[in-house]
Amino acid sequence: MDAQHDHSISVEREREREREREREMACRQLWASRAASYLRISVFHRGFSNVVKDLKYADSHEWVKVDENSATVGITDHAQDHLGDVVYVELPEVGAAVTQGGSFGAVESVKATSDINSPVSGKVVEVNEALNSSPALINSSPYKDGWIIKVEISDNGELNNLMDSDQYSKFCEEEDSKH
Amino acid sequence: MRGGLWQLGQSITRRLAHGDKKAVARRCFASEAELKKTVFHDFHVAHGGKMVPFAGWSMPIQYKDSIMDSTINCRENGSLFDVSHMCGLSLKGKDAAPFLEKLVIADVAGLAPGTGTLTVFTNEKGGAIDDSVITKVTDDHIYLVVNAGCRDKDLAHIEEHMKAFKAKGGDVSWHIHDERSLLALQGPLAAPVLQHLTKEDLSKLYFGEFRVLDINGSECFLTRTGYTGEDGFEISVPSEHGVDLAKAILEKSEGKVRLTGLGARDSLRLEAGLCLYGNDMEQHITPIEAGLTWAIGKRRRAEGGFLGADVILKQLEEGPKIRRVGFFSSGPPPRSHSEIQDEGGNNIGEITSGGFSPCLQKNIAMGYVKSGLHKAATKVKIIIRGKPNEGVVTKMPFVPTKYYKPS
Repeated sequence: MDAQHDHSISVEREREREREREREMACRQLWASRAASYLRISVFHRGFSNVVKDLKYADSHEWVKVDENSATVGITDHAQDHLGDVVYVELPEVGAAVTQGGSFGAVESVKATSDINSPVSGKVVEVNEALNSSPALINSSPYKDGWIIKVEISDNGELNNLMDSDQYSKFCEEEDSKH
Repeated sequence: MRGGLWQLGQSITRRLAHGDKKAVARRCFASEAELKKTVFHDFHVAHGGKMVPFAGWSMPIQYKDSIMDSTINCRENGSLFDVSHMCGLSLKGKDAAPFLEKLVIADVAGLAPGTGTLTVFTNEKGGAIDDSVITKVTDDHIYLVVNAGCRDKDLAHIEEHMKAFKAKGGDVSWHIHDERSLLALQGPLAAPVLQHLTKEDLSKLYFGEFRVLDINGSECFLTRTGYTGEDGFEISVPSEHGVDLAKAILEKSEGKVRLTGLGARDSLRLEAGLCLYGNDMEQHITPIEAGLTWAIGKRRRAEGGFLGADVILKQLEEGPKIRRVGFFSSGPPPRSHSEIQDEGGNNIGEITSGGFSPCLQKNIAMGYVKSGLHKAATKVKIIIRGKPNEGVVTKMPFVPTKYYKPS
């Protein structure tokens, strides 16, 4: 009984590692195509961007802060730095469904438009109405006052698809050096 | 008018429309490796210039200043632009003016020596091949500058017609000024700063006028003109002296005149209501439709004599079916190709250029609507990502121009 139990745990761990490898592969491919998309509107990089330790990051340059089933989402300092002055944010409706990697809105700078993709799946429960009159909050305070939506998360497991702050910093450095 | 962000405009459009983003990026990378460089390229990079592909060239879209700040600074102080990607050429010969009049709508013969004007090269259907500023240096020498993105087709067009013209005994030849580079110095400080670098009295050079003179120790072609709506100059300088001149201009202004990229240039020309060839003017758009009727000389309206004259003169008589107009709007900034609808939801036209105006802090755009719906204050809907947004037709320029003219 004990031996059998140990064996089944071992098999389960192996399957989990396999699933993680598959997700990592898929994410890498996803990153490549989205990074390519993002590169096209990259116009300037200050030289360094701020990252916050306790957040998770997507390859399309959104961040998410998770508190149990509640997530707050915005775009990163790196993203706003590349976009330049934000002049308009297209916000979703409260109640809208979002999916990980799917677009839920857009951010407009003087020269370009960029989709905002959700880092998590779930339902929008709040939007930052302050962005309607002050879109520049995204430039001045991307991780706090410039938050965009709050989401009730449907699948916490998806967080494993995202990067931590160190991984994201490295990702940005690689992206900038390629551009 | 001149210059512009043809390729950037197209690439933004392609970015929004294109499904295979990876392929787009790859093509972009490939084209970057083959891009031409102006003599200022290393100077741009050393000053924090962000280089992007533009009409086959590696050009600075932006420096350390944001596009918003650069645009505002041009109007408050001044900007220095590298526009060397544009093509300068001279037509010489006793028949240079009659030859050029076959190809453009301007009254070239009527220009006084030392003066210039905006004109349009037309095709057989009256559509615009390119816009250009032409300047009469002397009666047998015309200097002109054409858009970077149109250089190859313009030169082919001119060459083809020149062969035919010479075969009939016409006296005309040309020289392409590839040994020169072009700077645009724009804004209220342009004249005071440039005056420090030349002995000639620039207060006697008015908008549209041209001189050959010594600037900072080299012989330059100077035109008081620009693509921003501001007072300023375009300076054709021998390429080997280009960087020295750029440095001297920046030094004399004590940091107030800033290096400025194509991103801000596009905002400035849009605020000034000026056309970008490839967006607001194309082969199927006539000068009448584009609102450039004023650029057809009086004698040319009577005589014609340019390609497509029958179409254009008929439009002059009957009015065009579509017209270029300006818009203010709410919601997201309009971009190229946004649909324009009337208040009943019927399609009435298309946006050709749009964005957020740094000076006005609101959305501005230009586009074509059906004649009859072109009056200022006409309400429209501009469709962006499938949603209608309130818009209103307005006269242009959006920001008043400040050309230096005799008072």
